[in-house]
Amino acid sequence: MSSLQTTPAPLVSATQWRGLLWLLALLVLAWLVFAIWPEWLNMFLISKKTFISVVLNGLTLGGLYFLVASGFTLIFGLMHNVNLAHGSLYLLGAYVGYEFANAGGYWLLGVAGAFVFVGLVGVVFQVLVFRRMEGDDLRQTLISIGISIVAADLMLAVWSGGTYQIMVPDWLDGAITLPIVTALRSNGAAVYLSYPFYRVVVLASAVVIGIGLWLLLNRTRVGMMIRAGVDDREMLSASGTNVHRVFAIVFGLGAGLAGFAGVVGGSALSVAPGEDVRYLLTSLVVVIVGGMGSISGAALGALVIGLAEQAGLVYFPTYGIVLTFVIMVVTLAVRPQGLMGKSL
Amino acid sequence: MNDAQLTRASVAPGWVERLGVAHVLLGLVLLVYPAAASDFFLTQIGGYTLILGTLALSLMLLAGYGGMVSLAQITVAGVAGYSVAIFGDNATHVMGFGWPWWIAVPYAVLLAAIASALIGWISARTDGVYTIMITLAIAMAMFYFTQQNYALFNGHSGYSGLQMPQFWGVVWRDPLPFYYVCLGVAVTSYAAVLYARDSSFGLSLQAIRDNPRRMRAIGYDVTLHKVFAWFLAGVIAGLAGVLLVWFNGRISPGTIGVNAAIDVLIVAVLGGMRHPIGAFIGALVVVLLKTFAIDLVGADRFNTLIGLVFLAIVFASPDGLLGLWIRFRSKLDKRSIRPPS
Repeated sequence: MSSLQTTPAPLVSATQWRGLLWLLALLVLAWLVFAIWPEWLNMFLISKKTFISVVLNGLTLGGLYFLVASGFTLIFGLMHNVNLAHGSLYLLGAYVGYEFANAGGYWLLGVAGAFVFVGLVGVVFQVLVFRRMEGDDLRQTLISIGISIVAADLMLAVWSGGTYQIMVPDWLDGAITLPIVTALRSNGAAVYLSYPFYRVVVLASAVVIGIGLWLLLNRTRVGMMIRAGVDDREMLSASGTNVHRVFAIVFGLGAGLAGFAGVVGGSALSVAPGEDVRYLLTSLVVVIVGGMGSISGAALGALVIGLAEQAGLVYFPTYGIVLTFVIMVVTLAVRPQGLMGKSL
Repeated sequence: MNDAQLTRASVAPGWVERLGVAHVLLGLVLLVYPAAASDFFLTQIGGYTLILGTLALSLMLLAGYGGMVSLAQITVAGVAGYSVAIFGDNATHVMGFGWPWWIAVPYAVLLAAIASALIGWISARTDGVYTIMITLAIAMAMFYFTQQNYALFNGHSGYSGLQMPQFWGVVWRDPLPFYYVCLGVAVTSYAAVLYARDSSFGLSLQAIRDNPRRMRAIGYDVTLHKVFAWFLAGVIAGLAGVLLVWFNGRISPGTIGVNAAIDVLIVAVLGGMRHPIGAFIGALVVVLLKTFAIDLVGADRFNTLIGLVFLAIVFASPDGLLGLWIRFRSKLDKRSIRPPS
């Protein structure tokens, strides 16, 4: 490195190599999506229809995971509060959304109701409980575990152990045909892939919320305060900002997003006890893989985990969870701060 | 027995002092406890408290001296439990290699310790509350894996028909011998933790807990110390796991589920992590609550009760019942010093 002789610049620089690699990967993916598959590929990936379904389901699942995990990572990044009751907020949102939608008759009312109600619950927790032990990460975590135990039991008492299904309204129901050819009939007619419209909406809403969060964090005054708080909490409060208000806003927003995700997820899948634990695990893994406290990390992590879970389900059944787990361990081993996290 | 120990104590006056009066008294009470207890109290209260306490002790070792709060202790215990079921005998007709217990049990404990060291190595790459997140994720992943996998873990139903074997002419699964086995494991683990605490390894571990950067600067291998602490905790958790399997007679994903993982944390936090005895105090309280609170609140809302008790302790006394007692005693001491007015 320190030799005086100037080595000639390589023909293709490292950055360009990386760019070329990405381009190649993109081309391969585009070919996989749009081409008619040859026989040998079907041997590996079962069929084109299966593969495309895995990718699409992985994307929508990733969208749902992003909705849950973005609140978790926001709260962690700002307050260093590992809120292990986050899964409970998700489940609470699903139940509350079910009740609102049933009582009001509108699905959107359930979505809004769950967001507002669970968001308020989050604010109450922050103001009444977590503010009392600020800076004591471990105690806050223990408290959140206690809350999740009590919450799970009380929700069981109110809504019993049955499975609920939040009905999707008619305008979101049904399937749409995507411009992707899965196979050719013997007479040469192309078979197009059809996909549930609601799942596309889930993915779209995740993208919209992701963009909204990015705008909130990067283009507004509150967002500026939140980012400043993530970087240096003491300095922010020293500069005259009411940190407690920022904390309450973020906790409310994070909890509200979990509640929102509860309705969205509860409409796509179902609502039952135990879902709280599942979505807590997902949030943990997404945030560990993506990088703690980073919204873009949560998006990337959610995408990776969503795709891995669906691929695991189809291609390595009964070992699917291992795939998720391996991704987490490899990330921790190679990049402990997560893919998009700041160095520890 | 009482007389014999008294005479021995009078011959060697250093003996009682070295162990501590409280330890000797506690040991005596635990030794003669079977004379007063029914079979139910012997196994369901006594044995279970000692097993749960040993499991929480492994967490106390990590959290109290290493500053690493783990939620994966039940997972480590589960590795040992499943290993006993897989390599030893079980009644499920899946796996069950039929190894004799004196190979299967040490092997199971060793596997648990290695698993624990691996978990420690993964989580030692980060620190603080990250450890809780990573170990919780590992515990959950293991739970879902055992539930989905039939080839190795026999899926949802797990393994049953696991009992402590008979040897040396003793039926070890009977209440009285089983209680003494649990007591032996618990006392050995407890003594080992106390010994490790004052060893040079234990002292450097505590120094790492207090200031890892300075210890690294002095030249200590911080990661190695942490991983070794995980290994030791894994041995203790593995022993507890083997006993737990023999106690239940079966092991299934539910044994190592999230609730069980959190239970271990509740036990350790409830008792207090300042001293190893806290693990057993916490275990006793939780086992008594589990056994008798059901009559009070009904089986349905038991989790609410235990959750509220846990919340109350974390709010009132972050170092658990032990810390509560220490503060209470120092208050008493101050009062007695104060001159009468």
